[in-house]
Amino acid sequence: MQVVKPKTGSREREEQIWAWLADVPDPEIPVLSVVDLGIVRSVAISSDGVEVSVAPTYSGCPATEVIEHSIIAELQKNGVENVSLKRVLSPPWTTDWISEAGRDKLRAYGIAPPEGSMSKRELTGIKRTVHCPRCGVDNTTLVSEFGSTPCKASYKCDECLEPFEYFKCI
Amino acid sequence: MNKEEALISYVLRLGDNALVLGQRLIEIVANGPELEEELANANIALDYLGQARMFYSYAGELEGNGRGEDDFAFLRDEHEFKNFLLVEQPNGNFADTIARQVLFDVFYRLQLEALILCSDERLAEIAAKSVKEIRYHLRHSKQWLIRLGDGTEESYQRITKSVQEFWRYTGEMLSGDELDIAVKKEWNGPDLKLLKDEWQKEVALVLNEATISLPEEQWMADGGKQGHHTEHFGYVIAEMQHMQRAYPGASW
Repeated sequence: MQVVKPKTGSREREEQIWAWLADVPDPEIPVLSVVDLGIVRSVAISSDGVEVSVAPTYSGCPATEVIEHSIIAELQKNGVENVSLKRVLSPPWTTDWISEAGRDKLRAYGIAPPEGSMSKRELTGIKRTVHCPRCGVDNTTLVSEFGSTPCKASYKCDECLEPFEYFKCI
Repeated sequence: MNKEEALISYVLRLGDNALVLGQRLIEIVANGPELEEELANANIALDYLGQARMFYSYAGELEGNGRGEDDFAFLRDEHEFKNFLLVEQPNGNFADTIARQVLFDVFYRLQLEALILCSDERLAEIAAKSVKEIRYHLRHSKQWLIRLGDGTEESYQRITKSVQEFWRYTGEMLSGDELDIAVKKEWNGPDLKLLKDEWQKEVALVLNEATISLPEEQWMADGGKQGHHTEHFGYVIAEMQHMQRAYPGASW
């Protein structure tokens, strides 16, 4: 196994921490990392340690605490001491924060990623079309605005008839 | 009441509304008529709980006496909760639950939208976070209100009765008391006169679409905002607080 030597410069150090955070999975959708999900807002390194700012997705999401513990555990595992977490509410998280790589991973996992930009839709009022993550067609029907976790809605594909979940934009 | 005390009380009241309505919806978890509605109800309840936690945590920080979210939820008595009478009303049948949701959430959404512009940064942030969830809830509850009202004879009768029965609890929600006035003055909080107009317009619109006639002007119940509750409330917190009362300090 290759031993990663801790880098010394603070810029490199910050990049290294981001790289470690990219290994922390979302507990409910483990193909996505907390970085893909866009909930890690910043990493601040000071003489007191490392402060990671995290934005919760949905107010009541029970994964929030699990994610915070996983971040601390991952960084401690890599020898980072004095990790502190800060919850940031502003600007609020929306699905626009999910990275392109994250959207691809979601699709591959069988969850339709949020389509387009949440903020643009609010401005223009354009209705969304949701593509089936299995066969790719946009001939799909909303079954319920709610799903198995706070971040998802339930759809079915009218082409291949598969039910699937959609990572909802709110 | 000074400026800071007003803010603490106001934030607690917001937390109380969210917690009590969340607790009410939790009572019917696992009783949904179908899977989709079951998930919707549980998701909505969870959002209110999350919002209550944000409000309570902030109130605890402002107060600075070491009280946190659990202390506010589990260790206060009936008269210390300042939620609206509307949110503590029993779930009743599905039409009752939906009517309560629409009447409250239209108000709550307007209140949060106004709070985004208040001068307290943290409260504005919590409002901005929460309002997105409430808009989503309203898409669900308004659709049901319209479907029930404009549905079968039976569903029409039931939802009409629900709206009529809850109407008397909307008065205190829409009329400002001392605290609302203080928060408006000191923190650029919501103007309840404006909110009332907007609420009436929006509710009239959705009732009209649902073919439900607007209830007539009537006697309005109040007291929730001062901690004087209806008889239902004691049972709500008795169930909610049971564990902490029986096993003080229990945790897992």
